[in-house]
Amino acid sequence: MAIIKVDQISKVFGNIQAVDKLSFEVQAGEVFGFLGQNGSGKSTTIRMLLSLIHPTSGTIELFGKSLQKDRNQILEKVGAIIERPDLYPYLSAREHLQLFAKVRKQKIHSKAIEDTLQKVGLLDRAQDKVQTFSLGMKQRLGIAIALVHNPQLIILDEPTNGLDPQGIADMRKLIIALSKEEGKTVLVSSHLLSEIEQVASQILILHKGKKMVEGTTKTLLDPLNKIVQFKTLDDARALQVLQNSPFNTYLMERKHGLFLKVPHTDIPQLNEYFINAGVSVVGIEAKNSLEDYFLNITSNQ
Amino acid sequence: MWSLVAVELYKIFKRPRTYIAFGAIAALIVVIQLGLKIDGDAYAAFIMKDINDALSVDGKILNGYLICYILLQLLLVHVPLLVALIAADMLSGEANLGTLRLLYTTPYSRSQWVMAKFIAASIYTLLLLIWLAFLALFVSMWVFGTDDLFLMKSNYVVLIENQDILWRYVGAFVFASFSLLTVTSLGFLMSSLANNSIGPIVGTMSAIVFFTILSTLNIPLFNVIKPYLFTTHMNNWKEFFDLQVNANNEAIQGSILNIAKIKNSLFVLGLHIILFVTIAIQIMKRKDILS
Repeated sequence: MAIIKVDQISKVFGNIQAVDKLSFEVQAGEVFGFLGQNGSGKSTTIRMLLSLIHPTSGTIELFGKSLQKDRNQILEKVGAIIERPDLYPYLSAREHLQLFAKVRKQKIHSKAIEDTLQKVGLLDRAQDKVQTFSLGMKQRLGIAIALVHNPQLIILDEPTNGLDPQGIADMRKLIIALSKEEGKTVLVSSHLLSEIEQVASQILILHKGKKMVEGTTKTLLDPLNKIVQFKTLDDARALQVLQNSPFNTYLMERKHGLFLKVPHTDIPQLNEYFINAGVSVVGIEAKNSLEDYFLNITSNQ
Repeated sequence: MWSLVAVELYKIFKRPRTYIAFGAIAALIVVIQLGLKIDGDAYAAFIMKDINDALSVDGKILNGYLICYILLQLLLVHVPLLVALIAADMLSGEANLGTLRLLYTTPYSRSQWVMAKFIAASIYTLLLLIWLAFLALFVSMWVFGTDDLFLMKSNYVVLIENQDILWRYVGAFVFASFSLLTVTSLGFLMSSLANNSIGPIVGTMSAIVFFTILSTLNIPLFNVIKPYLFTTHMNNWKEFFDLQVNANNEAIQGSILNIAKIKNSLFVLGLHIILFVTIAIQIMKRKDILS
């Protein structure tokens, strides 16, 4: 079942196209990695998913319901952190959780609060005021707040911001545990592929508001499935040939070059196919990893 | 909605600045009460010196009721400034912290949050007023005792019998609550316009000072707008202490001289509250809380 269903959403701020006809689905129990550079439209999309801003066009469904029509009902099942951990400096970690449990009308026992603080490694600082917390501790408390009402969907926008290496490792463990042990659906955004690839089962790369590529982490990061850029004298012609060929499913992206995700054993046949079809191939450049591809398309801009 | 109000009250009373107003009011009242307790006879002689030849007054002039009246005259002008400390911070303070985003991701609309914040700020204001009433009226009654209330107005005197006073204070405090809620809503409106606390607090105080000056200036140009200014009406709690007189020019106990004026003032203040809060809600519905 699709927990999140985004259909052709766009967001325009003045003359800036922040998100452009973006569509994707997130299935129940999945960790969905939302990858893109800063300014790629990740946070704007997440804000739309949380109804903080409305799409200029397109529709968003969460739990099979329209976000526009059933916002409050939907948000009861969602926990989120958005970029910065903005908290009340005069309240303690425990008071934050009590406060947000009350907001959610949850009768929460102190054991449950302690369990949540334990999950994010803040139990020993439960009584301390947030004004004494480091950025990483605030980030972890933000996640505890997102979890306090036991949501089905957890949206984490750059959750490792401000965390030290140990904190980042703990965060990965937590995200995996939320999905594997508690069956939560998690959408996690980052600008670092290395963070996403270790936790996500599905990855979407966003660039300048557009979806560049989407697929399972296994497929996208499979070393046998090379990401290859075919350099030709006429990319439009090459594209036409490819689309009418048995290799048409390999096409990843065409705007920034002819990128294909292709088993390495098929590369010679594909090259031959192009040549036979009259396409002048002047180069074949293998990208070693998704990261190469990610960096390539983002650095071309 | 009430759980949101409870959450907002929890946050208000977790902040040290909340208690500044309670402390300031207590300190001022205690100091004045102490001064009048020690030197009250001299003060009573001073205020009676011009009319001692015209009439003689039996009983205790400087009683708890008169002390309360004096305190209200002194304090109700300044309490709005204390109210602004909290009301003007309700939205801008959270905008500054960035916590509005956190609140808006919960299953409540922006309007619900803004309304809950206004109700919480109003409860704070009313608690401040109750605190003021307790100290100014009940503690004064306890310390100074009770008797008839003798008030000197600009060109006449009013004598209100002991048993006719308490309900007037109830009326005066209810009226004062409208005045202070108007200040609360003004502070709230200012708060919706800014992303830090200082501007709205100073702005609210400045607006009160500015409009109070306009209300008191006797210039024909301003006389046209005076009836519509909230500051013109804020001090009309005093109307509860003016009595009608009969044909023999004797005060009619249990009466109020100008009840229409009180009603009109309550109407104008009520309209200001609705107007300020409605504008604040509309601003917050559209406000960019993400930058």
